Amino acid sequence: MIEPVSTQGEKTDEIVKNVKFKVLRFDRDTIPSPRVDSFDVPVKKGMTVLDALQYIKENLDSTLSWRFSCRMGVCGSCGMFINGFPRLACNTQVLELEADVVDLKPLPNFDTIKDLVPDLAVLFEKHRSVRPFTLRKDIAELDNPSGEFFQTTDELQRYLQFAYCIKCGLCMAACPTVATDRRYLGPQALTQAHRYNMDSRDEGRDERKDEALGTHGVFRCHFAGACSEACPKGVDPAFAIQLMKRDALKASFGLLRKKKAAPLAPKVTSGKRMEGVPDAPKRTV
Amino acid sequence: MRTRESTLWTWHLVAGAVILVLLGIHMFIMHLADFFGTVQGDVLEFSSVMERSLDATFAVMYVVLLAAALYHGLYGLRNIIFELSISERAERVISVLLVLAGVALFLVGAYGTLAVHSAQAGV
Repeated sequence: MIEPVSTQGEKTDEIVKNVKFKVLRFDRDTIPSPRVDSFDVPVKKGMTVLDALQYIKENLDSTLSWRFSCRMGVCGSCGMFINGFPRLACNTQVLELEADVVDLKPLPNFDTIKDLVPDLAVLFEKHRSVRPFTLRKDIAELDNPSGEFFQTTDELQRYLQFAYCIKCGLCMAACPTVATDRRYLGPQALTQAHRYNMDSRDEGRDERKDEALGTHGVFRCHFAGACSEACPKGVDPAFAIQLMKRDALKASFGLLRKKKAAPLAPKVTSGKRMEGVPDAPKRTV
Repeated sequence: MRTRESTLWTWHLVAGAVILVLLGIHMFIMHLADFFGTVQGDVLEFSSVMERSLDATFAVMYVVLLAAALYHGLYGLRNIIFELSISERAERVISVLLVLAGVALFLVGAYGTLAVHSAQAGV
């Protein structure tokens, strides 16, 4: 039997210290003027900020609101401003903050719905605007696939890092340009535009250019690098934006190579399936 | 993958590179040429300035430097203003005003440079 391995440090029941959590509270109806509530939380080794919030909700104030789902840095729901930096609550251990007081605020650069719940609608609108999906000219094949598009490992590596985005919004919260220019697409959407532009199966580069290379696109990036520092998945949006600028510069001088979308991979006609490997499930779409 | 903005931005970079070279030459002549002994006398003296203005190469260089500096500076100013979350209509108005200001300043500067050159050369 395989023993479960914790990536968050070994949890114990021993209380290491009491930490004061100062939480910014806001509710359009009941708390129209934001205020700070303080909660004393007994912190144990391995306890995350998300665990602390659960403790507060269960023991101290059941009206406190925040958003979470997976508890393991995958869903991107629990992004919040922790001690002045955008982080995932589930991915941040209280003791690693090395502080006796922890400030919790909703993500900046977004409107707040309630307490620590940001309104991420603008993030998804911007994300949608760059058409973050495979665009090809062979619409018939896309609508009714007859196989898989060919892609080498090298071609996969060109965009794989940027495909790890979990849409948590931390990069947008960290970006100084998003803070002043509300129409700036921001690191999240621009990185996803680059991710699909780099995909060998895609040929929608020209369909994304009006947004990504528009007045409020990549050229507004100051390369502060705050997005890459905040990203919990190592996506490095600042890098993606600089690569996009490089491609734009190449295109201006006619040096950007034309892209032809990858063809269908040849069907496997020979070989023998290993024993015990079942058939693929039938298509549902 | 070209857009209007990517073309403007490319020119911004090109203008930056041009400024780097021409301003470098300007700074060298004004502050270092004497130090290296390549120019005799005070480069800021009236006679030295007039002597340089006679030279067509200098006149052209300063007109190009003026154009590059105006474009680079005004495009940068436009970017700063655009980052203040203004409306699209305001953006269009500001773009037009900056183009008009740029053209006017260029005409004044280019006229000044070339007029002195022409007068000195007796054209």
